[in-house]
This record gives sequence, C-alpha cells and structure tokens, in this order.
Amino acid sequence: MEKKIGCYICTGCGINEALNVKTLTATVAKEQKIPLVKNHAMLCSPEGVEMIRNDMTSEGVNTFLIAACSPRVHVETFRFGTPMIERVNLREFAVWGQPDAATDKDAKEDAQALGEDLLRFGCIRVKKMNNPEPFEDPGLSKTILVVGGGYSGMTAAKGAADAGYDVVLVEKAVELGGKVAKMHRLTPANPSLPGKDGLQETGAKALCLAVETHPRIKLYKNARVKQTVGAPGLFDVTIDQAGSDTVERIGSIVVATGYNLYDPNKLGHLGYGASPDVITAWDFEQMAREGRIVRKSDGLPAKRVAFVQCAGSRDKNHLEYCSSTCCTVSMKQALYVIDQYKNEASTCVIYQEIRTPGQLEDFYRKAQNEGVVFVKGDVKQVAANSGGGVKVQVADKLLRGDESMEVDLLVLATGMTPNIDTTDPNVSSNLNLSDEERAKTVLNLDYRQGASLPSLKWGFPDSHYICFPYETRRTGIYVAGPARRPMGAASSATDAMGAALKAIQAVESISRGAAVHPRAGDLSYPSFRKEGCTQCKRCTEECPFGAINEDDKGNPQFNPTRCRRCGTCMGACPQKIISFANYSVDMIGAMIKGCEVPPAEDEKPRILVLACENDAYPALDMAGINRQKLNPYIRVIPVRCLGSVNLVWIADAMSTGYDGVMLLGCRHGDDYQCHFVRGSALAEIRLSKVAETLSRLQLDSARVRLTEINIMDVDRLPGLLDDFVKEVTALGEQPYKPF
Amino acid sequence: MAYDLSFAKEVYKTSEVGYWIKMCMQCGVCAGSCPLGPHWEHSPRQLFQLVRAGKMEEVLKSDSMWMCTSCYNCIVRCPRGLPITHIVHGLARLAVEKGMADPKQPTRRFAVEVFWDNITSTGRVGEAGLTMKLYFIDGIGPGIQRGLEMKNQALGMLKTKRLNPIPFRSKIKGFAGFKAMLDKAFELEAKKESNA
Ligand code: SF4
Ligand code: SF4
Ligand code: SF4
Repeated sequence: MEKKIGCYICTGCGINEALNVKTLTATVAKEQKIPLVKNHAMLCSPEGVEMIRNDMTSEGVNTFLIAACSPRVHVETFRFGTPMIERVNLREFAVWGQPDAATDKDAKEDAQALGEDLLRFGCIRVKKMNNPEPFEDPGLSKTILVVGGGYSGMTAAKGAADAGYDVVLVEKAVELGGKVAKMHRLTPANPSLPGKDGLQETGAKALCLAVETHPRIKLYKNARVKQTVGAPGLFDVTIDQAGSDTVERIGSIVVATGYNLYDPNKLGHLGYGASPDVITAWDFEQMAREGRIVRKSDGLPAKRVAFVQCAGSRDKNHLEYCSSTCCTVSMKQALYVIDQYKNEASTCVIYQEIRTPGQLEDFYRKAQNEGVVFVKGDVKQVAANSGGGVKVQVADKLLRGDESMEVDLLVLATGMTPNIDTTDPNVSSNLNLSDEERAKTVLNLDYRQGASLPSLKWGFPDSHYICFPYETRRTGIYVAGPARRPMGAASSATDAMGAALKAIQAVESISRGAAVHPRAGDLSYPSFRKEGCTQCKRCTEECPFGAINEDDKGNPQFNPTRCRRCGTCMGACPQKIISFANYSVDMIGAMIKGCEVPPAEDEKPRILVLACENDAYPALDMAGINRQKLNPYIRVIPVRCLGSVNLVWIADAMSTGYDGVMLLGCRHGDDYQCHFVRGSALAEIRLSKVAETLSRLQLDSARVRLTEINIMDVDRLPGLLDDFVKEVTALGEQPYKPF
Repeated sequence: MAYDLSFAKEVYKTSEVGYWIKMCMQCGVCAGSCPLGPHWEHSPRQLFQLVRAGKMEEVLKSDSMWMCTSCYNCIVRCPRGLPITHIVHGLARLAVEKGMADPKQPTRRFAVEVFWDNITSTGRVGEAGLTMKLYFIDGIGPGIQRGLEMKNQALGMLKTKRLNPIPFRSKIKGFAGFKAMLDKAFELEAKKESNA
C-alpha cells in the first residue's frame, strides 16, 4: 500500500504563543515536501482526533506525524491502529523546556530553530519508515515446557494448564514433589491472619495428584531435557526418558529446577563432623517427618536443640548471600521440638541477624511466645559430649562474653544454591562446552552464545529482581522459585505463577509476531542484507539475548522470536546491513544530517543527543514538563537502546557540523539498569574506539561523550547538558561547519 | 551452664508480667531511651537476655531494677510493646522475695525503710520528716554530716517555699478511706500470691 503522510501540528498548550506555527507548517510542506499539513488548536480533543480520522477516509492518510506533546502522553488518543506514527515533541522540548522564550527575543529564536529541527527529524523519520511485517511461522507452538516437578514447577504447570495451555512437564526423579514433598510442615504463608500463624501441611500430595491427572499436562517423569534447539514458539526439545528420546515442539519454557543445600562438610568450624549429633536442617526435617526427634548418637530423645543460623551463608568463604528462609525454617523446627516435648523442650536459635521478611515477623513473635530463645552470637567451639549430645561454646554478643551450653542436637541451618547451570556472560571461554558438560546442563541450549543461561551473580540466572523478575537473557525462557533466587515454598508458589504468566505472554505475543519484553507489542525485527555480510561475527557475539546463531561459514542465522528488538546488532554491524522496517542506520543518519546547522559565525552550537528511549528520554521529557530550561542547542533523537548506536552516526554528526555528540543511556556494569542488559555497556566499548576515527577527522575525542542517566536524574540533567555544551564550545570551531 | 530455661520459666510464671520477657527482640531501644541507662549495671535489654540465659544470680543481684524512675520512656518506645517498666519492678520484687536483693541498696532502703512508713502513716509525704529519716538512717554521726552537706540546698528550698519545715504533719482528710484502700490492696495481693 502506498504511504500517505499526514502531518498535524497542535497549537495548544502554549505552542502557538511560543513558536511561529506558520513557519513550522512551511518547513513541513515546502521544505520537507509533505503537502498534507494541518493545525489544530487542541489536537488531543475529540474534534482534533476526528480531524485526523476524517483524513484517513477522505485523504487515505495511513502514516501519521503528530507534532504536539511528548510521545509519553496521549498514547491512546493518538492510536490509529498502525505502527506508522511518529510524535514530534514540540511542547516539552521547544515550549515548556524553553521557559525564557516568552520574554527573551534570542531565546525565542533558538526555540523556533529547535522546533523546526525537531519537525525535520520527524518528517525524515516518517518518510523513511516502513510498515513492519510481523514474523509468522506455521510451526509456532503455544505449548509450555516446565522443567522440574517440585513445588514451583508443579505450581507453574498447573497454573498454565488451568489457564488453557498445553504443558509438558519434565521431572528427573521417579516421582513428582521435589523437596517440599519430603518436608514435615511448612512455615505459615500468612501468619498475620487470625488462626494462620501455625505450621501448615505441605499440600504436596494434593498438588502432585492434580498435576498427574490434569488433562492438559503431559508428564515425563524419570526424564531430562537432552537438548533445546530453535527459538521461542519453535523450540524443539528432546526429552530423554529412561533412555528413549522424544521431541516436543515448545513455545516457551519455565525452568523450576529448585535448589541444592550447601555442603555441610565445608562447615567443620560449626561442628559438622564433630559428633553425629551435629546435623543439618534438612536431616532434622526428615527426623521430624518420621515423628522421632532424637539424638543421632544414641537414639535418646532430643529435647534440648540449638539451631545455628547463617551456617555457611553471608560468609565470604562460603555463600555470600542470605538464603532468606533459614531463619524461619529454624523457628519452624524449634516449634517441632516444643510440640513433641512440651514443657521439657529447650530450644535456642543462635543467630547473626534474624531475618523474617514481611508477615513472617508474626511467625517470629509466635516462636518467641512459645519459648524459643534467641541468642545473637558466633559458635566458637563444638565438641561431642561423652554421654551423647554436644557442648557448644558461643561468643554471645548480647551478654558480651563466652557462654557454653549443652544440647542434644545442634542443627545447622544451611543455605540454598541454585540447581541450575549458568555461565558468566562476560567470560567467553565457558561458551564452548564439551559434550559431557553439555549433557549436565538443564536445557542444553543450541545457542551460539552457550548451552546455559547467563548468570547474574553467584550462579543464579540473570533476572532483574525488581523490574523484570523471571526474565533471563534468553527470550521465552523464564526461571521461577529458588533456581532464580533463594526463597521458600510460599514465595515459590507466587513466583511460579508469575513465571507461568510470562510464559503465556511470550507464546501469545509470538503468535502475533510481536516482541515480548521490554518492547512489548513491537512488530518490527531486524532484517539482514546477507550479500554485504563479511562474517565479522560482531552481531552474533554482541546480541545480548543470543538471538543470532552462526552457520559453519560464520554467516549469521537470525531467530526473530529470540529477538527483543533492541537494535544492538544494528549498532554493531560495520557493514550497516542490519535494519528494522521502522528503524535503521540510514534513517537515523538522515535525521542527523537533516538538522539545519548554522554557520560558525552565528555562534550557535549544535549538539546531537542520542537518548535511550527507556530512561534518558523520559528524564529529558520530565525536565521539560517541570519547565526546567533545556539547553536550546541540543537536538535530541531517541534511540531504542544505546546498543543500537552505530558509530557511523558519530561520523555523520561531525560531517554535518554538530559541535558535539552526547549519548545518554542507562547504567551498565554489574548493577546494570540497561533494559537490554548489555546495550549501554557495548556502546561504551565501541565509543572507546571512536577516538581514532575522530582524530582522522582532526577532531578532539572530547566532542563525544557517553553519560549514564537514570529516570530519577531529572534535576541533574539540564546542568549536565549545559556543561557539555560549554566544554565542547570551548574546544574551538568545529571545522566541518557549513559556510 | 547457660541457656538452661528453668529460671526463665520461673520468671515467666511468677514475676509480675514477666512472661513478656520472651518477646524481647534485643533491639536495644529501651537501653538507648532510658535516661538513667548509662548508670545501670544492666540495661533492660540485658536484664531480659540474662533471664533467658538462665543467669538468676546476675539478674536478681543486679541493682539495675532499683534504678528505674518509672519515666516510661522505654515502654513508649519498645517496638515489641513490652511493658518494660513493670517487668523491671517485677524483677526487683522477685529479688526481694527470693532474699537476693542487697538490703543495703539505697533505693530499696529508701522505699522500704523511709518512704513507705512516711506516706502510709498520714496519707501524704512529709518532706522534712522524710529527709530527716533518710539522713539519719545510718545513725546520728553520718546524719549530721549529710545534713551539713545539704545545708545550703535545704535553706534555699525553705526560702522559696519548696520545703515544709514542720516535721510531723497531720493526717489527710478521709484517712480512714485511704487506710481501707491499702488494706484491700494487701488482701488482693495476698490472695494472688496464695493462688500462684
Ligand atoms: S541485538 Fe537486539 S535487535 Fe539484534 S537480534 Fe539481538 S535482540 Fe534482536
Ligand atoms: S521506665 Fe525505668 S527502665 Fe524505662 S526508661 Fe524509664 S527509668 Fe528506664
Ligand atoms: S526496646 Fe523492647 S524489644 Fe527492644 S530490647 Fe528493649 S525490651 Fe527488647
């Protein structure tokens, strides 16, 4: 269908007072040759929208350039059922962000020039944009694979199946249930509710039964995933069940492989091994389940029991993190002792800090009220008693001295380690696994970037705890429960439901050809002009999500459904052969060149700001909303991610005569905030190489800078821009300015 | 051996509101709030932990619970809602009952030997009589010495009408009612004890 562009300039919200709309209109119509330009006093009003809609029928307008307010507002108002739309942010940038334009003639002139350039950018963008064709494949599946049949896995499987999706559940053991099925009781999930503060049945039996008999769940017990080939919607997963292989077509995957307990043999300093009466919390749980809380040494009743918290946790030499459940587990187990031995019971929890998040504080109170004694201190020495039981020396931090106690059992509350293979994404050596090592992985992914999920820290798979829980760096693969981060059964159940919903969202989006996250709904995806490829492998290496495989000759093999549409590959490609229908090196390059740069003698510098859409652009926008003065010499072009910035744009900017280029993006590094994980980090690495190019052009590398910005930096931002403009102008005349 | 629970259990059962001690989470807010805190041998927090650690002697021989002024700062601030002031007084009382409180503890002597008689005999506090009795509690010699030491303060208070110089004061109006009230309180207390 032929593209018919309509440009609509709003004159409301002070735009008409601050800017010369007539000139703006002429810029679009005459200079940019978009004949259909209309003004409206309030474009967002029903009448304004009606005007646009009328043009759709009468004029056949199918591509929209809305020059009004920020693209972050009135998203619904200006939705015309097509992605062929561009918003020009006149109001926030050229009006509200230029508060002195009303009184100062020079400022008014600058604001007008800014408004015109913004419109030029918009015109070029709509002229260059094409309607993205969604990715389709007849083989797409909506079946959800759940790996792990423990509490989290069963909950996820049942949740997805109840919601109407076919589920394949793979469990390595002969029976479902995992660790929870082997527990005696659970800590209460909602101890603040009246009557709910006591210990609870695990409910594992009922859950196993529900999963076993669910018509939508296909169960593979005594089985494991041998290999995962393909991409979301199109995964071909080989399941090895007792030696025989089956291949299932899978849409998305929930990994719920649970946890392992920290090895107590490393805890000699806490007395493990000193006596059979020093045991782990897991062993104690098994005893309680059998209803016999006794000394291991001689089978006599264990009425005096001490629990050691943080056994190998929050400890530089062992696990550095908190497993978040051990404190409440010990309280629960102390209550077992009190329940069995009543008044004769004597229980003591030796702790560093008690951690009972949320409502579990009520459970802590309950344990205290039942008479459990809490001692803050370090275990110094543990020795077997000749008559059974152990003698424990404690450096008591509350009484400030060494104390000793005699107990029948000393229980070590050990922490959790994730039962999943992950690889450090920054180390490429671990990408080439041997067959033997591959066989040990949970999914054995056939991805160019490795068979395992990339790790975040401490072997847990990458998952942005706050903003994007469950997400891994592999699209369509979600992790739930303690495989993701340490958690107890109640949290695991919620977690599993969350991951199941993400898995459902993934298969549904993919069936429409849309991106999942964070560009949810985006239909565009990169296309590769293969003829130009030099097999440099930058795209296959740099894609943060492992979307691109390689064939034997090093040609990129693109998997659209693995893609998150960040454009990092587009930024990486030195041949500029990767592009999106509505986002390309050529498009942004043309926009950059489309700015009207005044000659040097005008002393009006121009600074190109390539701003990440996710955090930096909203921050700029909010500064405008707050009527903070935004430097009028900056020209902002939003980018999907700094990772998508191709270095050729820097050259384009310099040859056009911009005085400097500023890249605004999210924090990178270990505590990254980049929405595409590695995008801003890669931009930084690429920029470090730009100095050479600049010196070839006789330019100071200080003209290009990357600054990390987060959405809270609104107040800081205008000052940062001013400083950069000042520093760059101090470098002297930019030699490539037009005459 | 520490952390033997028998003393703790006794306190929970017999000391006034002593069962609250098990709810203390050792945050130390009480210790930081008590205006006399720095002068105590043990802060409330420590007292409570000592109880739970089974350290009967250390608790009951401590002079800490005699130092409490009943300002209620700690009660107001304790995040766990412990009635700390009452617990502390309860522990003092337990110390007396068990014969472990130091008979020479000044607060105790003041309360038992001076204050109680002074207020119950008339129904009001007679400052002059109270002071005299307190000064001469250890005999004539030390009494005169204390009196001389405090002479200037006493004269100042007299001048500003802060001290009633008459040592023997008349009974309050309705003294009989006051007496009946006290008797009833004793009776109730005795009943409570025989039930315990
Ligand atoms: S780099 Fe981004 S846009 Fe390119 S393939 Fe990977 S996810 Fe898709
Ligand atoms: S009531 Fe007693 S223990 Fe509490 S703060 Fe006051 S003086 Fe200290
Ligand atoms: S303030 Fe309350 S909870 Fe905190 S230490 Fe004192 S008594 Fe215990």
